[in-house]
Amino acid sequence: MFDVIFLQFLNGLDKGAAYALIALGLTLVFGTLGVVNFAHGALFMLGAFCAVLFRQLLTMETITIDPTQLSPWGAPLEVRAPLVQAWFGDFGAVLVNYSVPASIIITIPIMLLVGIGLERGIIKHFYKRPHAEQILVTFGLAIVAQELIKSFFGPNPIPQPMPSDLRGAADIGAFLGMQANVITYPIWRLVYFLFSFIIIGGVFAFLQFTTFGMVVRAGMADRETVGLLGINIDKRFTIMFGLAAVVAGLAGVMYTPLLPPNYHIGMDFLVLSFVVVVVGGMGSLPGAVAAGFLLGILQSFASMTQVKALIPGIDQVIIYLVAVVILLVLPRGLFGRRGVMEA
Amino acid sequence: MRTMTRNDLMLLLGFAAVVLAMPIWLQPFGAAYPDLLQRFMIFGIFAVGFNILFGLTGYLSFGHAAFFGVGSYAAVWSFKLLSLDAIPAMIFAIVISGVFALIIGYLSLRRSGIYFSILTLAFAQMSYNLAYSVLTPITNGETGLQLTINDPRYLDRVFGDAMPGQPVPTLLGQSLGGFTGFYFCAAFLILTFFIAQRITGSPFGMMLKGIKSNQTRMNYTGVNTRPYTLAAFVISGMYAGLAGALMAVTDPLAGAERMQWTASGEVVLMTILGGAGTLVGPVLGAWIIKYFENIFSALNDSILARFWSFLPDGLDHTAVVVSGKFVGEGWFLTLGLVFVLIVVFLPGGVMEGVRRITTLVSPKSKPPASPESTSPQPQPAE
Amino acid sequence: MTLLKRGLSRRRVLQTGMAGIIGTGVMPAIFTKGAWAQEFCNNPTGDTVTFGLNLPLTGAYAEEGADEQKAYELAVQHLNGEGDGGLINVLTPTALKGNGILGKKVAFVTSDSQTKSDVARAGATRMIERDGAIMVTGGSSSGEAVAVQSLCQELGVIFMAGLTHSNDTTGKDKRRYGFRHFFNAYQSGIGLGPVLGQEYGTDRRAYHLTADYTWGWTQEESMKAATEALGWETVEAVRTPLGAGDFSQFLTPVLNSGADVLILNHYGNDMVNSLTQAVQFGMRDRQTNGKNFEIVVPLFSELMAKGAGANIKGIFGTSNWHWNLQDPGTVAFTKSFGAAYGAPPSQAAHTAYVQALLYADACERAGTFYPPEVIKALEGHEFDGMGNGPTLYRAEDHQCMKNILVVQGNDNPTSEYDVLNIVQEVDREVVTYDSAIFGGDLGPAEPAPLC
Repeated sequence: MFDVIFLQFLNGLDKGAAYALIALGLTLVFGTLGVVNFAHGALFMLGAFCAVLFRQLLTMETITIDPTQLSPWGAPLEVRAPLVQAWFGDFGAVLVNYSVPASIIITIPIMLLVGIGLERGIIKHFYKRPHAEQILVTFGLAIVAQELIKSFFGPNPIPQPMPSDLRGAADIGAFLGMQANVITYPIWRLVYFLFSFIIIGGVFAFLQFTTFGMVVRAGMADRETVGLLGINIDKRFTIMFGLAAVVAGLAGVMYTPLLPPNYHIGMDFLVLSFVVVVVGGMGSLPGAVAAGFLLGILQSFASMTQVKALIPGIDQVIIYLVAVVILLVLPRGLFGRRGVMEA
Repeated sequence: MRTMTRNDLMLLLGFAAVVLAMPIWLQPFGAAYPDLLQRFMIFGIFAVGFNILFGLTGYLSFGHAAFFGVGSYAAVWSFKLLSLDAIPAMIFAIVISGVFALIIGYLSLRRSGIYFSILTLAFAQMSYNLAYSVLTPITNGETGLQLTINDPRYLDRVFGDAMPGQPVPTLLGQSLGGFTGFYFCAAFLILTFFIAQRITGSPFGMMLKGIKSNQTRMNYTGVNTRPYTLAAFVISGMYAGLAGALMAVTDPLAGAERMQWTASGEVVLMTILGGAGTLVGPVLGAWIIKYFENIFSALNDSILARFWSFLPDGLDHTAVVVSGKFVGEGWFLTLGLVFVLIVVFLPGGVMEGVRRITTLVSPKSKPPASPESTSPQPQPAE
Repeated sequence: MTLLKRGLSRRRVLQTGMAGIIGTGVMPAIFTKGAWAQEFCNNPTGDTVTFGLNLPLTGAYAEEGADEQKAYELAVQHLNGEGDGGLINVLTPTALKGNGILGKKVAFVTSDSQTKSDVARAGATRMIERDGAIMVTGGSSSGEAVAVQSLCQELGVIFMAGLTHSNDTTGKDKRRYGFRHFFNAYQSGIGLGPVLGQEYGTDRRAYHLTADYTWGWTQEESMKAATEALGWETVEAVRTPLGAGDFSQFLTPVLNSGADVLILNHYGNDMVNSLTQAVQFGMRDRQTNGKNFEIVVPLFSELMAKGAGANIKGIFGTSNWHWNLQDPGTVAFTKSFGAAYGAPPSQAAHTAYVQALLYADACERAGTFYPPEVIKALEGHEFDGMGNGPTLYRAEDHQCMKNILVVQGNDNPTSEYDVLNIVQEVDREVVTYDSAIFGGDLGPAEPAPLC
């Protein structure tokens, strides 16, 4: 029984890391700018499609039609030759193999641009408008983004293979000195877990230990006073929005081998990420991380047959049920501050 | 009861005339077929009801589709168990969705702002997920609940008029398909519009508007606002249930998808697009979105090619490709763009646009800036 | 006859009156709609006849929908005498002449069903009411098929189901106006059971992951029956929400449950995800109870296999049809489809194409579009040449009785479409079952007083 519970707990941590990472970017935007960003899921989706785009560029092929040969279904045979390998040889092959993690190098600048463009272009006009209108405009932007992706990449999910060295499962049990082949877990999921930790840790360190972070935190607490001190807080907030977009995008990139992305993947995560943020308390970074792990672990355990036999259907509703209970018992979520978002 | 003002009466009569004449004036737009007209009515009712909550009190519910779905399920069960007549089904649906709204509203209204939105969203998603899975004995899951020849229909059996063949809902023995169904729904839209009009003008409506502009102040003046918001929530839930029941009357199948959060999002879009807080706006928004969904989405490349054929060769092809991204399967992109533009430039929706145009055209009757159109400033922390 | 029986109802007066009012209005060029008074629903009066294609172009089964659309377009071309004629040349017996149906050219309208029953039904209503579709066809989920089928019964329009595999479609939810060419979960069980017994032995412990809706349940039930008949033990059958995306929380309990076979009752993207993730969990490299851990996917499609890539190698499942078969019908269709679209057809495309042709053929044989006559022509119709061997459209439940295939993921694919190997062609006699076991009632053939 121990192995079953341990595995389920591991799975919960793994899910929780993903949830925490997605919620982190959302709560960054809310905490600094006070904007409820319904386009956050779309940013996650755009990040995932950075990986898709990168791989499509890498796997471009020259297609020559050989009219002398026929394919098994009777059409002229197409001969395909990959370009990257032709140009870069073995390095090209390695690059294709590692396309998902490698696409981070294009994801960061793209998402930064998208984030800053979005903030300067539209979001900044909504700081003073009611939250309902912020929700609506970002919701509209999310629709536009996902429909654009749909019209370029089609409606179907596009599988992104993980690097061949990181496929399969690692025997954690044996590593910890237990019996072999009892506790195994997919390597890529462990990589994602580690990756989340690094990003979350990085964001915290950035806000905690840099001057920039200090100013932003001061701005979060009292925007006007910081402005009066002659600090250009607007510019910093713009950068924070860009940072949030990058975090969402990176979460999307690394998630693609686990779930082939399609245009709708952002909307699927949007509701979830909002629940995580609200359970954690609007605007609280530690809250979002804690709530992410809490919900991940609960969801994992709720999916066990023994639990489902006890409460039928619990796996379908656990996340929402926890959200309802927490919001009714702790009005501002786990770590929320008073007076935030209650208008 | 106070009598209606002349303006209100004119509005109601004008609205009724426009609605009833729809099969005629929508003909040139290709939308005058019963199924779409019925949808115009049904989603009009849904949006009017949603506006009673959101437009008047400012509480943004993201889970209203749950009441719509519950209304549908209740109506279909009434068809299955009681009678194929539409009246008991609708009464049953309104009562059930009202009770459902009372429970969810009672819990959700303990919080405000985004916390309220998330609570309603969570309740609706729970209903949706359960309807899809463990509640299948009640909802028939993914397939959707539908009528069968072998349903008991106890009331019908008592009166002994068992219909042969595939059962369809009726009104006093009259089948409700096609244009009959449309007029049936239209009658309800006009009725619900009238009720919404009376609510808006009543002291109760004033109280709700007061809650929207500053709930804290209302509380300080010694008013307990909770019963008012709860009443608005329940009324609005019953409207949604009525709309869901009408959906089941015109097409007796209830599927879980109509409870999903995207369906809740759609009614929010309708209300905002048309103009939240106005009477006509939400209905307009519902019509625009349903028109887009049904007509715009059906435009395909061959129709576009015919439309652009006046352009020189080569250019017309480009025009078809480019415009093809925005219609047909891409209609949702157009909707998203329109929506963003509206929220950015016309926060009051289509109705504010209409108001601005009328002010432009007749500058002599320039009214002082109406209090509705100025967006309220975000409230400082309590 | 039908007019007299209905008499002049208030509704008819309204309709006729409305038609008069509408008739005086300006008719637009694009969306015209004929008068409502007619002998039966959408009786084609002009020189064209319209099919309504209800296809999932977005959602979990979108890939199947896109392939079905290609097949329908091809079928319409062939019916109108364009292209190489495809399967019209090999269908026996045939009444098709390659000049449309009953001398009318075939046109079509499409609607995106989004893989949702509600939307599918709305789309079908729209195509029947606005576009005057004489027949509705398509869909690639059983939920859609059942929902649209009952709508078509109400409106008196024939529904030729596309890809739907649930036992319910021609079982407890069968309708007089609905017809299915595709096979069902029960037949999958009959076909797959013996092969599994042969390959994996009779001493196995199976763990089911099942999509939590009608189709998943009927398949789980059929597979349980088939494997338990072999002597297998069912360890656990877990329901997973449709479209869950990440199945890891359902996969971890499988690892140490003592099961040595995982049966995935998933389809479309769900199956691609759950299978890929199961492989990521190392399940295909495991040893349990001293045997190799195996995965079984009872309903396979080429499109899913393509999506899952190398993960499907060696996995057993069943298919309705495969383009690699060597009979003249299959060869003709594969060639025709491949030439048009540069890729071989999927089983969804095949069933869609065949359904369109069978409907047209039935109209020709009946000599009318009047649905009750067309239904009569289809019921109990015996034909051959469509790639599944001699086939019977059974009158009792409108289910086609024909050969089905047991397939296995190809270990050495020669192209990205060469993903499945045919292990066995299960004979029609073997997969024929008593239609009474699933109950249901077809209902009357008289056209409904609606539409």
